[in-house]
Amino acid sequence: MTTINIDHTSRWFGNVVAVNDITMNVGPGVTGLLGPNGAGKSTLINMMGGFLAPSTGSVTLDAKPIWRNEQIYKDIGIVPEREAMYDFLTGREFVVANAELHGLDERAAQRALATVEMEYAQDRKISTYSKGMRQRVKMASALVHEPSVLLLDEPFNGMDPRQRMQLMDLLRRMGDAGRTVLFSSHILEEVEQLASHIEVIVAGRHAASGDFRKIRRLMTDRPHRYLVRSSDDRALAAALIADPSTAGIEVDLKEGALRIQAIDFGRFTALLPRIARDHDIRLLTVSPSDESLESVFSYLVAA
Amino acid sequence: MYDPTVARLTYRALLGRRRALILFALPVLLIVIAAAVRGFSGADDQVAVDLLGGFALATMVPIIGVIAGTGAIGPEIDDGSVVYLLSKPVKRPTIIVTKLTVAIAVTMAFSAIPTFIAGMILNGNGQQIAVAYTVAALVASIAYAALFLLLGTITRHAVVFGLVYALVWEALFGSLVAGARTLSVQQWSLAVAEKSAGGDLITSDVGLPVATVLLVAVTVLATWYAGQKLRSLKLAGEE
Repeated sequence: MTTINIDHTSRWFGNVVAVNDITMNVGPGVTGLLGPNGAGKSTLINMMGGFLAPSTGSVTLDAKPIWRNEQIYKDIGIVPEREAMYDFLTGREFVVANAELHGLDERAAQRALATVEMEYAQDRKISTYSKGMRQRVKMASALVHEPSVLLLDEPFNGMDPRQRMQLMDLLRRMGDAGRTVLFSSHILEEVEQLASHIEVIVAGRHAASGDFRKIRRLMTDRPHRYLVRSSDDRALAAALIADPSTAGIEVDLKEGALRIQAIDFGRFTALLPRIARDHDIRLLTVSPSDESLESVFSYLVAA
Repeated sequence: MYDPTVARLTYRALLGRRRALILFALPVLLIVIAAAVRGFSGADDQVAVDLLGGFALATMVPIIGVIAGTGAIGPEIDDGSVVYLLSKPVKRPTIIVTKLTVAIAVTMAFSAIPTFIAGMILNGNGQQIAVAYTVAALVASIAYAALFLLLGTITRHAVVFGLVYALVWEALFGSLVAGARTLSVQQWSLAVAEKSAGGDLITSDVGLPVATVLLVAVTVLATWYAGQKLRSLKLAGEE
């Protein structure tokens, strides 16, 4: 069992709080760290990877401190988000160097290159690699010592769908084998496809935690706001408010529109066109007013 | 305290980058000038001292030191690739000492060897001048490499600061303000050269005991501090 324990951890940079009093445990299996850009995912991963000290709280791996403890890297493999590698080396030279730094030999490097299916291009310079190839060589460098913990920061960024599938397969296999795999992403679908467990971070805070069904439900059950214009706003409002799927309606005279807050997303989307037809009302505009990812996330924080 | 893999990566990074061209250009320039001087005015001890002291030791050695010292770690920290060294069970001081060893070796190779060749061309090592300046270049290489390696770990503008120290502090202030000369790697290494040379052509403002203590102190302190900085390095370019 290898578990990362984050205990009441905060991290600030000057006046900016990047991570705000987060407590979570990351255990074996694949965990997705989900949150919008700038939410503090990288800061959190950097603390888990020993590249940043917590301002308060602690980040440990099976009770061993991670910060300023280079022996911890026997158990941790890191796939950084940044592109820069030793571009003047070939893929093989790079992975071999990483193996040697772990006290391993070329065989470990070859095994890792085979795992990520990069043998065919291993003798090309890294500077000639595509983004997906770089990502795979980075993976190989993190896997040479077969770590029990693998940390990946936005690993799917810039990958094409086929590469994405391959990497997901690989991570899934590693999770099934009992390794602790944590990756960050700002895309819900990505996390949903891969992670058995999801941790949601918004604006530096721990917003939600659970399996993807729970997170998905939290996201779809939240109140949805719509801006609706029709041929008879007041008649439409009266008919809608009679149904329990609608929590509130405001007649916005300046905009000449209704602002509707729906609480049962599925029922409301079926109800609106039916009521319009039954009452012979023409719908001119129906637009969700808070569908941005950030608003979805900020709802989760408030919940 | 020495990791061959770190050394290999450092050598390749140092000698593979474009700025390595300067490593080759300056020594070639020195030797060409030495050959030209010898050709036009024949062997002259004073000319040899002027050229080796004024150009080789005062300009070429510190610039090579800046390139090798900062280049041994600065670019990796700048672009973030140092993460691949840091995410390994390798002690931080080992990384620094290894990189320092490489930086010293490169600085010595590209400054002391051409200095010796130029000295031989200029006056055939008359009055031990070629040997003395070669020894000075070797000694200075160690201190410069350590100093500029430290600069490379603490600032992204290490090359600029390094050149400012080498050219403005040592060359300009050193020639105007006597006190500045006491705090100058160049003068310390000259003190060593003074002892190695036969005559009194080479002089330093610093006595040999003081120079030795300062050379050792600067090298050790810079290396120790660089190791400490690396232990708590925050990778640039995060959020």
